[in-house]
Amino acid sequence: MADIFSLAAGNLISPIILSFVLGVAAALARSDLTIPEAVAKGMSIYLLFAIGFKGGVGVAAHGVDAKLVGTLVAAGVLSFGLPFIAFGLLGFMTKLTTLDKAAVAAHYGSISIVTFVAATSVLETQGLVAEGYMVAAAAVMEAPAILSALWIVARKGGGASATKGLYREILLNGSIVLLVGSFFIGAITGQDGLNQIAPFIVAPFQGVLCLFLLDMGLVAGRGLRDSRGEVGGGAIAFGLLMPLVGSAFGLMAALAIGLSPGGAALLMTLSASASYIAVPAAMRVALPEAKPSIYLTLSLGVTFPFNLTVGIPLYTAISTTLAGG
Amino acid sequence: MQRHKAKRVEIIIEAALLSRLTDSLQSADVSGYTVLPVKGGSGRSGPWTRDGQISRGSGMFAVICLIRPERLDGLLEAAFEVVEKHIGVVSITDTEILRAERF
Repeated sequence: MADIFSLAAGNLISPIILSFVLGVAAALARSDLTIPEAVAKGMSIYLLFAIGFKGGVGVAAHGVDAKLVGTLVAAGVLSFGLPFIAFGLLGFMTKLTTLDKAAVAAHYGSISIVTFVAATSVLETQGLVAEGYMVAAAAVMEAPAILSALWIVARKGGGASATKGLYREILLNGSIVLLVGSFFIGAITGQDGLNQIAPFIVAPFQGVLCLFLLDMGLVAGRGLRDSRGEVGGGAIAFGLLMPLVGSAFGLMAALAIGLSPGGAALLMTLSASASYIAVPAAMRVALPEAKPSIYLTLSLGVTFPFNLTVGIPLYTAISTTLAGG
Repeated sequence: MQRHKAKRVEIIIEAALLSRLTDSLQSADVSGYTVLPVKGGSGRSGPWTRDGQISRGSGMFAVICLIRPERLDGLLEAAFEVVEKHIGVVSITDTEILRAERF
């Protein structure tokens, strides 16, 4: 156990985590430091393309096996199931309305792709190799949680306006299309394809990730600063507890499938993370009465920083210990 | 130069609802509108800025329509189908336009 915590503590001192901390500190101090929206979107496109492509190259190198199918099924089940656990925990820990609880639950069943990218980066730094198809698992986990949340609301008699267009938007969400598309390009072109564009998608990756996490820190810090009083202590405690609960389910699934320590760390990270790109947009359409100030603050202001600073190092250390690293 | 009376409808709407609003306007035969990004602001839900945002879940857009007064009700009915439950602002002002045949 002491080894786990010393490993986790060592991971805290890295450029990507310190960049995020700088962003949060700057926002809380009301600095005028900002990253323009277009630059932030450009960096997110770059990171998604790079991570998807490299995942596809990994699959091309190691081939497809039964674990891939098991991982994708587990990813779908986790995304469907975690919102029910989150909804139950919220009922126990907070006094939020059914709509707010369902909206928050949807965020915690879905995933944060930036947390996934950061975890991948930490694994690379430690020399741990994860299964390339974990990128596909990330894509699978984006949407099912939204359906679970809408089902919860419908069952509780709430009003969800889930139109046909909503499902198309969820499934063809830009980040999913880019991630899956670049994954297939990487799988088709393999190592030769990677060699052709490596100077663009490998070498600058860590630097771009630092700048992107600086931006995430600024957004998270602004969210925290502006939402004081909106989110109670119970909800904040949920935002810190739920990632640990989710990661425990991710770990159990990873051990059952027999994933490598790197793959287990990534499945734990995916299960622990909360969406702040795809799900907020879907909730604004389907559950407009749910308060964005609650679910965005919890997802981006509480759980994202927790996962980045404490969660990822912890999940990596636990998976390395338990998954046979 | 001849000027004509018209209505200017400005709808500030959440980014996630933009395509639904423009589709609804199109289906109500309102084919002319302008979409502008909104940099930031503050309202009942607190202050917000577009800086650094990458999700459609938190941004806002302004949709501006110039329309002949007799077509205003149809436009508002179409717009309200979308904006009724959502964060946003709808305002109507009297204005004048040139080249009325284009509206």
